[in-house]
Amino acid sequence: MPNNPWFQRQRYLVDFTVGALARRKGRNLALLAVYALIVFVLASVLLFSQALRHEAAMLLSSAPEVTVQRMVAGRHDLVPAAYLDRLAKVRGVADGRGRLWGYYYDPSVAANYTLLVPMSDPPPPGKVRVGATLARTRGLGVGDVLSLRSHEGHPFPFTVDGTLSSESALLTADLVLVCEQDFRALFGIPAGLYTDLILTVRNPREVTKVAEKVLRTLPDTRPIVRDDILRTYAALFDWREGMVMVLLSGAVLAFIIFAWDKASGLSAEERREIGVLKAIGWETSDIMAMKLWEGLLVSVFAFLLGYLAAYLHVFGFGASLFGPVLKGWSVLYPQFELTPRVDGFQVFTLFFLSVFPYALATIVPVWRAAIADPDVVMRQ
Amino acid sequence: MIELVDVRKAFNQGQHNELWAVRGVTLRLEANCTTVLRGPSGSGKTTLLTLIGCLARPTSGRVRLRGRDVSGMTERFLTGLRRQTFGFVFQQFNLVRGLTVEENVMLPAYPLGVSRPELRRRAHNLLESLDLAPHAQARAEWLSGGQAQRAAIARALVNDPAVILADEPTANLDTDLSHRFLDIVRDLKRKGKTLIMTSHDPLLYQAPEVDRVIGLRDGHLD
Repeated sequence: MPNNPWFQRQRYLVDFTVGALARRKGRNLALLAVYALIVFVLASVLLFSQALRHEAAMLLSSAPEVTVQRMVAGRHDLVPAAYLDRLAKVRGVADGRGRLWGYYYDPSVAANYTLLVPMSDPPPPGKVRVGATLARTRGLGVGDVLSLRSHEGHPFPFTVDGTLSSESALLTADLVLVCEQDFRALFGIPAGLYTDLILTVRNPREVTKVAEKVLRTLPDTRPIVRDDILRTYAALFDWREGMVMVLLSGAVLAFIIFAWDKASGLSAEERREIGVLKAIGWETSDIMAMKLWEGLLVSVFAFLLGYLAAYLHVFGFGASLFGPVLKGWSVLYPQFELTPRVDGFQVFTLFFLSVFPYALATIVPVWRAAIADPDVVMRQ
Repeated sequence: MIELVDVRKAFNQGQHNELWAVRGVTLRLEANCTTVLRGPSGSGKTTLLTLIGCLARPTSGRVRLRGRDVSGMTERFLTGLRRQTFGFVFQQFNLVRGLTVEENVMLPAYPLGVSRPELRRRAHNLLESLDLAPHAQARAEWLSGGQAQRAAIARALVNDPAVILADEPTANLDTDLSHRFLDIVRDLKRKGKTLIMTSHDPLLYQAPEVDRVIGLRDGHLD
């Protein structure tokens, strides 16, 4: 194979191209740096959003199959416990339970906490378990006191019983777990009312059907199936990703103009070189192949450099540049490790969009220069 | 070996700045002969050289190489012909800056896919024969005028062409270096090469190595 003339010819062309790139070091390094930076930014956003979506999907996989909320005048209202008895009679429902949760605004850190009564193993009365991010923000440790204000304006002190693991920080960043008795006392919710109800369905393939039956049985409710929540999360992250992409589009456009200008313009030196090569016996196709190699080498190298940097940025450094925007918490930014995850199709799309336009842009002017009669070089 | 029949060449044809550089030249050039196309600036000698060397196609007329009409051939075919038959030495030498002398010499053979050891051997032999071996790894832009010309000659010879075309080869050389160039011409003649050069330097066209001088003026033969 190495002695095959075609293979040997390609090797010469690549050698010559590498030499040509090295000869115009300053220009090519500047181009490579900007090119890699753009790939880095785009790949960071894509990798991070992808990992977030995956993370959220993993966590939500244990969410209830159907959540039933009561609607009054189009607003989410408390659900009477009696609804559980009626739902238990719906065919396909295996189990139903009432859930208590709500939001609490803490002016001291200007943030909303999510208060929730866990289904199993609730903290003892007077005690809470808090999300790792909240604990960090408020400087709370086990045994410290977290004082909240009750619905009547009285202080309601809780002792921190423990913190929640940071693995689930994406969804538990602002979470406070309390027992039912404290929750009702804090918010003034009488016994027999719940925030919403959760249902377990016998046959997972009948979730949608069961939701329809729930709606028929209790017309003033809104059943939400788990897939809907997953879709909402995906849409949310897609939206955030889109927003960042829109903000970055200016930079991307500037790069496209810059790259197009660099790739499609030939310096006098390059034109002269093409003329010499043609005059000494290089074919137009040899020159095109050489320039195609140049475009490919620059763009593939920039892509690899940018993508690798983005991978390290997202999975090694927690996407410190874009994390806050993409995660979307206003005050309590969760701290968690993303699982490295690369989507082949996404890599291919980014590769295709970043490598091929540039490689092709390098070809057009070369073709124009290379089809000129080689005698031009004699008159220089 | 090379025959031109009523060859004409126009630049910018049909435009306000139309220029007829060659106006009806009929000429026959023999193999193993050293010919000089002599004439003042603007006489059309360089254009005629490009037509002989298949670097350009005539606007009208015929160019025949070894009896074969090449004036209507496609660019691809002409390139192949150029590579196999002609070696060019340009007035400004046109070495590629940033490359070493050896790499410059090897350049015309790259598209042929010759093995690297073989190509390096060829380049080395040529550089040695032209006293440039010690400069093989020097970058082209570091060479003096005479060295640059010898490097350009080595490059012209790397594919072992039958015909060497040189445009004003002594224009950028002093008298000593011009004599050195004539030594190389003598050596190439001895090896059976056909040399066609343009010049208005008497040192060159009056040299004993030159077999034939063709005068040109205003695109016509004198």
